[in-house]
Amino acid sequence: MFITPSGEEVFVIDGHTHFWDGSPANQLNVHGKQFIDCFYAYHTSLSPKDRLWPKEQFEKYSADQMYHDLFVDGPDDMAVVQSTYLTEFYKNGFNTIDRNAEMAKKYKDRFIVNGAFDPRDGEKALEYIHYMRETFGIKGVKLYTAEWKGDSRGWKLTDPNAYRCLELCQKLGIINIHVHKGPTIIPLDKDAFDVHDVDHAATDFQGLNFIIEHCGLPRLDDFCWIAVQETNVYGGLAVALPFIHGRPRYFAEVISELLFWVGEDKILFGSDYAIWTPRWLVEKFWNFELPEDLKQEHGVDLTPEAKRKILGLNAARLYGVDIEAQKAKLAQQVRATAAE
Amino acid sequence: MSALQHQHDRKTGEVWERLAMVTDPELDEPVTELGFVEQVSVDHDDRVEIVFRLPTYWCSANFAFLMADDMRRAVSSLPWVREARPQLRDHMVADEINKGVREGMSFGDALKGFAAGGSLDELREKFRRKAFERRQEVMILALRGLGYEDPAICRMNLGTFDAITFGSEDVARQKPRYRELLVERRLADHPADPAFVTFDGAPIKRHEMVSYLQRLRGVRINMEFNSSLCRGLLAVRYRELDGDRAQQAAAPCGGCGSGCAVRSVGSPAMDKHSSALA
Repeated sequence: MFITPSGEEVFVIDGHTHFWDGSPANQLNVHGKQFIDCFYAYHTSLSPKDRLWPKEQFEKYSADQMYHDLFVDGPDDMAVVQSTYLTEFYKNGFNTIDRNAEMAKKYKDRFIVNGAFDPRDGEKALEYIHYMRETFGIKGVKLYTAEWKGDSRGWKLTDPNAYRCLELCQKLGIINIHVHKGPTIIPLDKDAFDVHDVDHAATDFQGLNFIIEHCGLPRLDDFCWIAVQETNVYGGLAVALPFIHGRPRYFAEVISELLFWVGEDKILFGSDYAIWTPRWLVEKFWNFELPEDLKQEHGVDLTPEAKRKILGLNAARLYGVDIEAQKAKLAQQVRATAAE
Repeated sequence: MSALQHQHDRKTGEVWERLAMVTDPELDEPVTELGFVEQVSVDHDDRVEIVFRLPTYWCSANFAFLMADDMRRAVSSLPWVREARPQLRDHMVADEINKGVREGMSFGDALKGFAAGGSLDELREKFRRKAFERRQEVMILALRGLGYEDPAICRMNLGTFDAITFGSEDVARQKPRYRELLVERRLADHPADPAFVTFDGAPIKRHEMVSYLQRLRGVRINMEFNSSLCRGLLAVRYRELDGDRAQQAAAPCGGCGSGCAVRSVGSPAMDKHSSALA
């Protein structure tokens, strides 16, 4: 729970977290090393200095550490933990659903575990979706369209195999489709993170929500255009939000564009843990005010109400979280722990 | 200093000057200012080697290829240069790019093994447009800042534009860069030509200025995102380089890609790197 300086409670759902193992022992090849190195560079270049982690801790952290950073030191009430396989880079995968679910089991009512699939697996992908739904009861997936597989260097949501997977998701009630459309980390082809495929998929699958992680940056204009057209397209703030520290004016411009085009009901907070930790992000976000000139120019404002929506209410709606009931459950747990 | 040494230094200086004209297409900044170019060497046969690195191992292969190819072209245009060889280091497809550029292959052929495909001309054009629009936005906003109304900006000609002095350092730097693209694209050449038109050469109507600027702002936001990320990531990579080498050398890494290939003193990769620099 985040408590504002004036003492109000703000329910926080962290829409984008990871529980990964990028340690040398798990690296399969140089790509595995370079991948976690690149994440670490993101961490180092955008975090406040007093929030920097040693490399070794960043490569692999414990479940307890994650719990502490999100819920004890951090203001999160719940967190969506995403799965990213990268099995071509890591022996046991980077953060598979099994690893995530195992971790989440320890901390009741805290985590929403999302799965992942790769449509290039064909029939197996469909079976895997069934497996994840039956075993873990997932309500969402994280898709990584630029993932390497064999000779392939990426895929699109509009590929026929992807459509079959999305159809199945819709049928099974796996309704939240998080799609990584962000900085170009691994696109070898022209633009593996191009956002246009979202447009078609969102039109064709009205029963699904598409949460575009990183708001498609650096293709913010394309993303905004699509989000205006499609009522079921949302923007995840991971990676955009950390700019609030080093380049607040730039963050103000990005969030103004998002508020104007996408609207405060369709933006989701995400720390991208462990690239960044949520405490400083939420504190800075709550205290952030749009500069007057941008307010005037766009006719938007980042009001406390808008911040509440972005920090938790929007994600609660997508994942069917009853906030009052959830608060009561968590308070009960805290009391139980205190009594032990 | 010997005459020979002096001549050698002059040549190296000329190469750097040419390299300063090569931009990162995504950021529209010179590769030299971004700190990408690490080393320039000219051998006694007037063959030039340019060692460069990008902010990450994963930086887009197409942009890496473009920059390498642009470097080769820019440096080859010096009359005394017999061969210009850009050497990209610590990148996932460094070998393919270095070979492809050296042999004058197309991007599609150079990276065929990776199913990349396609020509880069379209991409080059797309980023030329972005560069133009970014530079243009800087100029329009600066003019507004000086008190020019939109109609005056829309009908301003090149002669008037040339005569305006801008106080801000960034604006003063962008002014010749904007002008250069106007001329290069034949959008404006004579003093009487309008100085503000679209990249396709259409006039900007004054009632459209607000929505036009809104679009330019979108272009800038995207480019700035890349630019600040790239600078940050590059700074981290170099900081690692400058870090405690003794400690790094103790780390068990030899012959792998990025950071450690350069950091780990005495590793086979380091030897290779050093000899390339020598």
